[in-house]
Amino acid sequence: MSSEFAKLLEIIISASLINNFVFTRFLGLCIFFGVSKKMETAVGMSITFTAVMMISAAISWVIFNMVLVPLEITFLEIIVFIGIIAGLVQVSDTIMRKVSPGLYYKLGIYLALISTNCIILAVPLISVGEKYSFVQTLAFGFGSGLGFALALIIMASIREKLELADVPAPFKGLPMAFIITGLIALAFTGFSGLITL
Amino acid sequence: MSSNNTNLKELFLNGIVKENTIFKLALSLCPSIAVTNSLKNGIFMGLAVLFVQTMVNLTISLMRKVIQPKVRLPIFMLVISGWVTVTQLLMAAFVPDVYAKVGLYIALIVAFASILARAEMFASKNSILPSMADGLGMGVGFLFALTVISFFRELVGKGSLTVPTGLATQHVFTFINTKPLLIMILPAGGFLAVGILMALFNWIDAYMKKSAHASH
Repeated sequence: MSSEFAKLLEIIISASLINNFVFTRFLGLCIFFGVSKKMETAVGMSITFTAVMMISAAISWVIFNMVLVPLEITFLEIIVFIGIIAGLVQVSDTIMRKVSPGLYYKLGIYLALISTNCIILAVPLISVGEKYSFVQTLAFGFGSGLGFALALIIMASIREKLELADVPAPFKGLPMAFIITGLIALAFTGFSGLITL
Repeated sequence: MSSNNTNLKELFLNGIVKENTIFKLALSLCPSIAVTNSLKNGIFMGLAVLFVQTMVNLTISLMRKVIQPKVRLPIFMLVISGWVTVTQLLMAAFVPDVYAKVGLYIALIVAFASILARAEMFASKNSILPSMADGLGMGVGFLFALTVISFFRELVGKGSLTVPTGLATQHVFTFINTKPLLIMILPAGGFLAVGILMALFNWIDAYMKKSAHASH
């Protein structure tokens, strides 16, 4: 039992720190650069993102193992997963608007952005590839969300300060953001020895 | 006929220079860093995107009169993921060593904003030939960006260069003999390389505008 728990902890730490989606797998960059200008949007995005990711990973796992595997059509995984995500985003959009308009007003725009985010598709693809169990898939989704939140919040806090800095003209905006991300990624390589398997 | 041809040419060039996906629009950035640590991977990824973009534009353009506007987005997604699956299977069969490294990113072409955007903004409103020219231009622009980035990274990071000739790679020349800048082929180097190249493009752009002003 405890070894199972240790395995879950290991998945969460590895997904959030060692294989951080932004800094070592380079996924979700469009969103990462898009919403990391302000702390408030970064936090909103992180919360919405983690929730949607866990739910979509769970549903994808169920459909992959209960439907695609028995029917031997696993090569359709991309089409099926993207369908699940698009559907899920649409459904949560509608539910949120009816049930909690306040929350929808705050987080609604992030929901629409999520469907074009590659991380959300990568999580089910990787967890299927690694043959994770259901609980492990949930842990992986949670860890990935945590890692993305960490990346967004670090970046947002740096970029808020950067507004005041004197950056050479050709580097203004995105190029500078890339270079800063490179430096953070360099720091994150330090985590690679955290768990020795 | 000749004006028609220049139009196609303009559409083609538009995707390479004016609206270059990576350097100008800053879209679809993930693979620009993930797979560009060697020239070979960069080129194959670029080719995959080129193929998907052209075929998606072609398909959408053919179907544009029968697609209901209300359900167009799910249909576009279906078409895109269909062509991505085709690409994925082809690459797994013909270039397994490249596929082993870039496979995940091939699958993620589905989520490329740029491909969906071209389908929505261009192919769903135009006939077949212009749509294909647009797709080809966008794809070649992407291929060009990936090639430049991976060329730069492999040259500085490994100190040497290999080019794909057919399915094998051939060593071309050695640039740095003793200690290459290893950081450039590490994840962090990808961000640095793209940042520096983007700044370079901005600088060239500003310089050209300035000299155009001076000549007036």
